[in-house]
Amino acid sequence: MSIKKLDGKVPAGDVKDKWNNHIFNMKLINPANKRKFKVIVVGTGLAGASASATLAELGYNVEAFCIQDSPRRAHSIAAQGGINAAKNYTNDGDSVWRLFYDTVKGGDYRSRESNVYRLAQVSNGIIDQCVAQGVPFAREYGGTLANRSFGGAQVSRTFYARGQTGQQLLLGAYSSMMKEVHKGKITVHTRREVVEIVVVNGKARGIITRNIVTGKLEKYMADAVLLCTGGYGNAYFLSTNAMASNGSAAWKAYKKGANFANPCFTQIHPTCIPVHGDNQSKLTLMSESLRNDGRVWVPKEPGDKRKPKDIPEEERDYYLERIYPSFGNLVPRDVASRNAKAQVDEGKGVGKTGVAVYLDFADAIKRDGRDAIKERYGNLFEMYERITDENPYETPMMIYPAVHYTMGGLWVDYNLMTNIPGLFALGEANFSDHGANRLGASALMQGLADGYFVIPYTLGNYLASEHPEKENVDLDAPEFETAMKSSQERFDKLLGINGKRSVDSFHKALGKIMWEHVGMSRNEKGLTQAIEEIQQLRKEFWQDVKVTGTEVGINIELEKANRVADFLELGELMARDALERKESCGGHFREESQTEENEAKRNDEDFCHVAAWEFQGVDETPLRNIEELSFENVPLTQRSYK
Amino acid sequence: MSEQTMTLNLKIWRQKDDKDAGSMQDYKLSGVSPDMSFLEMLDLLNENLVTEGLDPIAFDHDCREGICGSCSLMINGQAHGPEERTTTCQLHMRTFTDGDTVAIEPFRARAFPVLKDLMVDRSSFDQIIEAGGYVSINVGNAQDANSILVDKEKADLSMDAAACIGCGACVASCKNASSMLFVSAKISQLALLPQGEVEHEERVQNMVDKMDELGFGNCTNEAECEVACPKGIDLTNIARMNRSYLSSAVKTRK
Repeated sequence: MSIKKLDGKVPAGDVKDKWNNHIFNMKLINPANKRKFKVIVVGTGLAGASASATLAELGYNVEAFCIQDSPRRAHSIAAQGGINAAKNYTNDGDSVWRLFYDTVKGGDYRSRESNVYRLAQVSNGIIDQCVAQGVPFAREYGGTLANRSFGGAQVSRTFYARGQTGQQLLLGAYSSMMKEVHKGKITVHTRREVVEIVVVNGKARGIITRNIVTGKLEKYMADAVLLCTGGYGNAYFLSTNAMASNGSAAWKAYKKGANFANPCFTQIHPTCIPVHGDNQSKLTLMSESLRNDGRVWVPKEPGDKRKPKDIPEEERDYYLERIYPSFGNLVPRDVASRNAKAQVDEGKGVGKTGVAVYLDFADAIKRDGRDAIKERYGNLFEMYERITDENPYETPMMIYPAVHYTMGGLWVDYNLMTNIPGLFALGEANFSDHGANRLGASALMQGLADGYFVIPYTLGNYLASEHPEKENVDLDAPEFETAMKSSQERFDKLLGINGKRSVDSFHKALGKIMWEHVGMSRNEKGLTQAIEEIQQLRKEFWQDVKVTGTEVGINIELEKANRVADFLELGELMARDALERKESCGGHFREESQTEENEAKRNDEDFCHVAAWEFQGVDETPLRNIEELSFENVPLTQRSYK
Repeated sequence: MSEQTMTLNLKIWRQKDDKDAGSMQDYKLSGVSPDMSFLEMLDLLNENLVTEGLDPIAFDHDCREGICGSCSLMINGQAHGPEERTTTCQLHMRTFTDGDTVAIEPFRARAFPVLKDLMVDRSSFDQIIEAGGYVSINVGNAQDANSILVDKEKADLSMDAAACIGCGACVASCKNASSMLFVSAKISQLALLPQGEVEHEERVQNMVDKMDELGFGNCTNEAECEVACPKGIDLTNIARMNRSYLSSAVKTRK
């Protein structure tokens, strides 16, 4: 097998015209025929819910699946800060071009230009759609929509609903979905987990799920399968992801032949509540919007254990403002995170653990008043106080970076289709729009762009060109039987090991390796070591994991074991990708590749491409295929936020 | 970040499946740190149970940030425990003291059948939303977002109501197992915005009818729901819904 060069199937023409031309050139399915097709949508977050609703509105029959007890609970709900759009309502110089430019630059030139332009182009329509759905965005006294600024941008283009923007956008998409459930166009299957993707005649035709309540394996067939299953940040055990967030569906697609792109591109979010102890189950993000008004600082002297209020102004180092005078506290996430780590590594970290920095609102409160700050961040301050027992109106918050988002994901072409025909990936589950670093308030934008405005067109084109419905496939096809059998064997095997260590202990051990070696700062030695350690841990897992209970009924240990088994393979691929990408870019910082000022140094000569990994077997080295990236509109430059 | 740990006497509802009668079981748990969340305390108990080869306690949870609405639990008889405006996942063990006895039960209501242990089926909430908790607009129909101005005060009130996380604490804490706080929050959110006003009357009728059909009780104005609500959803939403229900009943009578 040799390395392939993947074709992103980007339409020809000027970047501004690509999408419009493509829409015109794509094949259509007439309204009466759409009802003859069935589409499986896995996941009901922003991408999945918006795709399900929109496809159903067009007339397709949708089978939607979610792991939670209700589609309304998908983890998009936890996004706080906002959603970007190029409306330029604030008259501060924004445009589709600027949003496009900022996103390409923010992604450190590792995203596909054409996809990013399309994202910026449809961004305004998302806001219109959400307002029409009844999303209660923040408003000005005149009745117009309010905006705020966010990291990585010098314009105010972020729309928000207090600190609960993700919740409101998701409930909007969910309500549109329920509208179609009422019409009989969507069937929702809750508490289901994908355990296999079924490919027949080279096309994705279905899934095997495990019903979490009954424990039974079930098979579903359709004309296309959409994976809207989010990211794989829980490979690190501790992350801001929800407990059930996992990489299994995407991983199953990878093992069926779908390429996995840039797995090492992980976003470590700078403003999270620091770790408190060994029993911690997850980390809580404090919205990046806090950096609009909060000032980040540490004491100038290492080891200064005084209370923050006892440290006078001249003995504080507002390091982001000092190092990056033009962006200050609003530098992109990867830059902010790395700098926090640098301060802690120098011994200037604060709090009992010494692994935190201050985010101080004293000046903002002095300037705008406590009420104004409360209006902007009230619920975040409350949440912080509830968790830490400290009042951020009185004393600075303590924050530290945590794993938050994965820019990598299933490789998709311009139509959001993986290299398995009929298998699409939307939202965080794909890789295409954020490059090596995602800007704040862009995840919500991308999830909804994919679901509301991209897939409705590109899916129709696939169905009208490939006609999967004409192939005589049914649920009795041998491919479904084989997949049912292999899934059954996997669960039998997990239950049969009967070892000594709990599933969580393996997950925590994996998380430690990942955070240590595949975290904010990576080097060849550490990554090589990580690969060996993960392989060893995986071996131990399959010999010594203890899964209590049986396959019948609710078995939370079995659910977790199934996901952790996949993370133990995915983690290795993340480390391998990080090892092979011998450059720094965005969230991927290789110590061997930095500028004199310790900033990430890209190597465009050798790495201006997407690494798309192809599965060769669990214990085999996968193939590293590439998709060349070209930047015709945003010239390649070293990012600078100084 | 205290180093001192607590030992707790836990009384937890165990029920094998939806057919099992279920009962309270006693557990003693030591090593509980005050900085742990309530669910991390249950994680610790489960880790011990698994190590002993016993079946861990099933409970619903996901985001652990107080926003997804998955977590539930009656803690010492209170939905989401003793802290005001706090979901179980955001309740921290510093609320308890060493030696405390803590009773943990599932949310109980006819419309929320227990699936296992502390896990209940709240899909009835989805059915209520399905009956009308939306604006009937398709993608592609929307006009520019600023073309309809919305009174800021109303938008804020709408957001207050929209903050509902659909956890069901209102139902669990009501002696009538009424879901009127949940239903009225959605109705208010949409009624307060011009975009939702168009279908308002029909929506009220359909959602209330569905709520009755699913076996939720009526409201007798005791406001337990408002106290238990982790998001501070206001009782005035129920008043708004009742008024709309009456007036629309006259207008939409078929």
